[in-house]
Amino acid sequence: EIHIKEPIEKEVNPRLLPGELLLCEASTVYKYMQEDGSNRGTYGKLVCTNFKISFLDDDSASDDNEPQFKNKIVGENDITLQCVDQIYGVYDEKKKLLTGQLRKYPEKLIICCKDLRVFNFCLRYTKEEEVKRIVSGIVHHSQTPKLLKRLFLFSYASAAPNNTDGGNQTVMFETLEDWRDELERTKGNVKYKAVTTNEGYRVSEKLPLYFVVPICISEESILKYDGRGIPIWCWSCHNGAALLKMSAFPKDQDDSTSQMQKAFLDGIYKTISKPPYELLKMDDLSSSLPSLQDIQIAYTRFKQLFLIDNSTDFWATDVKWFSLLESTNWLDIIRRVLKKAIEVAECLEIQHTNVLLIEESATDLCCVISSLVQVMMDSYSRTKSGFQSLIQKEWVVGGHCFLDRCNHLHKTEKEEAPVFLLLLNCVWQLVQQYPPAFEFTETYLTVLSDSLYVPIFSTFFFNSQHQRDTNKSGESLKTQSGPFRFLTVWDWSVQFDPKAQAFLNNPLYAEKPKPDRSQRKTARFKHQRQLSLPLTQAKPSTKRGFFREETDHLIKNILGKRIGKFINSSDEPPNSLREFYDSWHSKPVDYHGLLLPRIDGPEIKVWAQRYLRWIPEAQLHGGGTIATAAKILDLMEEVQSLQVKMDEERSQAISGDTHSVPMLRNSARLSSLFPFALLQRQSVKPALPTSTWKDLEDEDDLVKRDDEFVDLSGDML
Amino acid sequence: MASSSTPKYNSNSLESSSSKWTLKDGTNWEQNEEIPRLPGETRVTDKDVIYMCPFNGPVKGRVYITNYRLYLRSVENDPVVILNVPLGVISRIEKMGGASSRGENSYGLDITCKDMRNLRFALKQEGHSRRDIFEVLTKYAFPQSHNSLFFAFVNEEKFSENGWMVYNPMSEYRRQGLPNERWRVTFINEHYGLCDTYPSLLVVPYNATDDDLKKVAAFRSRNRIPVLSWIHPETQAVIMRCSQPLVGMSGKRNKDDERYLDIIREANRQISKLTIYDARPNVNAVANKATGGGYEGEDAYPNAELFFLDIHNIHVMRESLKKLKDIVYPNVEESHWLSSLESTHWLEHIKLVLTGAIQVADKVSSGRSSVLVHCSDGWDRTAQLTSLAMLMLDSYYRTIEGFEVLVQKEWISFGHKFASRIGHGDKNHADADRSPIFLQFIDCVWQMSKQFPTAFEFNEQFLITILDHLYSCRFGTFLYNSEFLREKEKVTEKTLSLWSLINSEKSKYTNPFYSKEVNRALYPVASMRHLELWVNYYIRWNPRIRQQQPNPVDQRYMELLALRDDYIRRLEELQITNNSKISNSSASSTSPSQMVSQVQTHF
Repeated sequence: EIHIKEPIEKEVNPRLLPGELLLCEASTVYKYMQEDGSNRGTYGKLVCTNFKISFLDDDSASDDNEPQFKNKIVGENDITLQCVDQIYGVYDEKKKLLTGQLRKYPEKLIICCKDLRVFNFCLRYTKEEEVKRIVSGIVHHSQTPKLLKRLFLFSYASAAPNNTDGGNQTVMFETLEDWRDELERTKGNVKYKAVTTNEGYRVSEKLPLYFVVPICISEESILKYDGRGIPIWCWSCHNGAALLKMSAFPKDQDDSTSQMQKAFLDGIYKTISKPPYELLKMDDLSSSLPSLQDIQIAYTRFKQLFLIDNSTDFWATDVKWFSLLESTNWLDIIRRVLKKAIEVAECLEIQHTNVLLIEESATDLCCVISSLVQVMMDSYSRTKSGFQSLIQKEWVVGGHCFLDRCNHLHKTEKEEAPVFLLLLNCVWQLVQQYPPAFEFTETYLTVLSDSLYVPIFSTFFFNSQHQRDTNKSGESLKTQSGPFRFLTVWDWSVQFDPKAQAFLNNPLYAEKPKPDRSQRKTARFKHQRQLSLPLTQAKPSTKRGFFREETDHLIKNILGKRIGKFINSSDEPPNSLREFYDSWHSKPVDYHGLLLPRIDGPEIKVWAQRYLRWIPEAQLHGGGTIATAAKILDLMEEVQSLQVKMDEERSQAISGDTHSVPMLRNSARLSSLFPFALLQRQSVKPALPTSTWKDLEDEDDLVKRDDEFVDLSGDML
Repeated sequence: MASSSTPKYNSNSLESSSSKWTLKDGTNWEQNEEIPRLPGETRVTDKDVIYMCPFNGPVKGRVYITNYRLYLRSVENDPVVILNVPLGVISRIEKMGGASSRGENSYGLDITCKDMRNLRFALKQEGHSRRDIFEVLTKYAFPQSHNSLFFAFVNEEKFSENGWMVYNPMSEYRRQGLPNERWRVTFINEHYGLCDTYPSLLVVPYNATDDDLKKVAAFRSRNRIPVLSWIHPETQAVIMRCSQPLVGMSGKRNKDDERYLDIIREANRQISKLTIYDARPNVNAVANKATGGGYEGEDAYPNAELFFLDIHNIHVMRESLKKLKDIVYPNVEESHWLSSLESTHWLEHIKLVLTGAIQVADKVSSGRSSVLVHCSDGWDRTAQLTSLAMLMLDSYYRTIEGFEVLVQKEWISFGHKFASRIGHGDKNHADADRSPIFLQFIDCVWQMSKQFPTAFEFNEQFLITILDHLYSCRFGTFLYNSEFLREKEKVTEKTLSLWSLINSEKSKYTNPFYSKEVNRALYPVASMRHLELWVNYYIRWNPRIRQQQPNPVDQRYMELLALRDDYIRRLEELQITNNSKISNSSASSTSPSQMVSQVQTHF
């Protein structure tokens, strides 16, 4: 009953990147189409390289059917080793997780990917030897601990002729100059300075080479505790209030150490609470937000809901979908994070206070909150280059441990937590709530999230700038090619050709009206900022006093104990946040001003594009957000081509071909899975739920009633 | 919450402010009037009240009551808080607090509305103001209970379009290619003698005589015989609708009905069985036998296949909406939104209705089989299923006018009991006949338009406007239970159609992303992953949830469209001037007169 085409013995070879080596392969592997439980599929070769697992069928040899949106590095049937989430073997219809050594080899291999694709390979027709080699090869290379230097990143960097220089406007924050420009852009340079104290990483290997601190902070203070206890500048608001972050002292110290640390902190707080600095509010994120472990648990449950291997599962989970979603807690975490960002924004914008985010390392939730606050408050962060610069500033150079959090090396699962994905999920909420406010699209966010697992870019494959720098030059002296030149993910041309890149740019984005010519001449990325809210009056002095007292109170009480949650603490008027939120939402939205997410229950949604894109049952033929997006793109192209024609007419140039109609995408024929899944159901058969209606427990009496009580048998005599 | 010194927005007005309302309804109100008034609308009374706004706190204002609406304008707030409520949406008016009430603002009126909100007004105890308002409101909100007329009968608005002309059954059947050699139009019900809840014009198999129809009618609940709703232009498979057969406990059979169903099957030259979809859950269909109803048994109908679609009855739906209101009004459930939403079952019911309609549509389209749809009486679930299936199969119904025709045909003319289900002008708020069946249908349509944002000519505002006037009683469109009663009340002569309002201002209800696609079946995915709560309808009174209006994406797209049209125009102009320059210059080289003049200058 299996509809199997005769295997075609045709030699297909994997396309290898520079530095990519074929490690093992197996032929006559049968890949199931992931479709309504049927056994349809194709034969082909399954290969494993030092970069990816790849399935090659005869179609992959021909490129006739070039899709409009194609990743040049990772194809439809490619899984990078870092993208493999879990591998299951099927033995006698039973699914078993495959990890280390294998004693028995399965007849079916299920690979679940971190980008939520699910591959089903049947090995029944493959030679036993090949099965052994490919299964153990795949499990070994994708699931077992690995040395950093064995990442494909290094082979690629040494083999690829690498001339791309990013070539874009992303600020990398690797030089002192970049930080000074950022200070200037945000007008933070009066009270804050970029320091070189960490040159040679003599302060800390976790801190970037250059960073920004309050002007009054001395070099000695920075050096004293390896940069701990030092407020590090993230961003300055138009009113001068700044967003700062600080890595806290470990909590379990002996008394004398913590006394000294306390005295040290007291000193720091005193200095930066005095004019010209604004009042300071602190927020210990490790107590006011879910822990990394909570986040990891929630996401693990959440993603499981989308790793569906058959239609029956899909419909079986559909009945209880909302409670399943809720039980994962993931959306609630998103809501809490967004709410925290609103609180911080309120402090900066309305109360004109500095906000100091505190976290053990200041490189996880600090990054999430500070990035979100900037996305909400600084419209430059909503442009593509601005957002990318922000990720560089807060995450890449800021020292987020991508390697550990993504568990790229399979060293330990304890450190794993989808912190960066959490940020993207939060930003997506804003993008879908305020589409015209962003220069990039949800597709951009989706491919960015996919890029987390593509080890040809250095961006997401180091724990810190220090780790990157040492490994960049380390062995390179032996090779004649000089230091490795890594690619940055921000060079989108590496993954996508210009046509595909069009899907990353939001045609609805209206650029901010440029102020005037004289100012436009300033540096490439400089972005003039408008006041985001209609000028808010300074709060009455009584209120200021209140907060000053609170800060004093804090300073007095900072002992070695846990720092409580200070923002929104119980003695603060609980209404001020609600008032801020309501008042903002009652006014028309300024897409270039402050942007506050709506966080009520119905407003927090599942990022359908990222999570549903590979599920055939969820496919809408000719529907989904892509239907309108494609129409907008078409219209945009049409307008642009008209513009070109008008220019031609004006210059009276005789153009030979005046009938060049822009290529229409025919949006009604696209599937909602576009631009991702290329699989399209052959038939236009509608998807029909197979699950059954569950009982309405408490409404039994109603259920049994008839619509209207009329005895029909009486009528009929 | 916020005191009256810091008000921030207009709370929950029907169209958020009077100025918008004026825009919406044209120029019918005099500019210097204090409150908006439709032609034919008369002022009855006004009083100082405190509006207990659930979002802003108490709002001091003056309430004006006319024979059509309740209108409140705040006196101290800036911006002004405005309420603009057609009396038709009122379901229930209660007095709260008595003479001994102590608490501040505890004496007044509580008004429950049909459109997902409640209104509460606090009044002064002195001077009988509450009694006055209560009496006036009761009188004008419930005209049916006071033997007076609906506002629709005194409405004197004028529109450029006549909505009553939108639906003409004969031309709609002609559009479908009917009558043809297998289907005929019958006038047997011209005076509603066969069935008083059916329209006068019916399409039936050519091979069934009027006499046959009468015999079949005797075996179908309320004489609602199987008649044609829609025919597939290619497969010629049809969607038929009817009520349940009167099988009863004894398992009665009726040869005429059995033969009639076979004639239907044969009309499609179909060899396979006729498919019957019984919208009810199996158990309910069985239970119906006790009251004389039932379903088509296998023995009696060997050439038919019966499926149950498990859609619940009107009472279950009413309870479900009630629960939904509990979690969204006045405040949106905060802590466990998703499980609260699930526990209302509202979206689950939507899912089942859509699933049923998809099955019907797919059977007709790819299954090439004629289908017969019924529930108990064939005017609630049946109307939902046939109209949604038609919407999926026939792109005409996805246009503004086509949708109006669909509602007019499958719902209004085929006797969905709007009067009973909505309770127009009826004070009996607890009537068990009330049920949000039509709302559920519109919700399904909204879900489809959300999944296919380019497939519908109309926008969300169109659907919301239909729902607003489902209750408002400003138009005759949804009044009464059947065509028979509407004719008796001379509705088309004495009232205006809602479609007049809409078609006079079509651009407002048009979806800019619409791309016309003929003959494409549109199957929504009836999965909870895609179904969403219609926030812009169910939670629209909550200023925290309110979406930006107009929709910024639509707006930007329309700007682009305008820009493109401007460019096309300017390009044409450029081309014309350029062409004339070229032709001028070419003319100059050949024109004899110019040659002459040139020659002349040489001399």
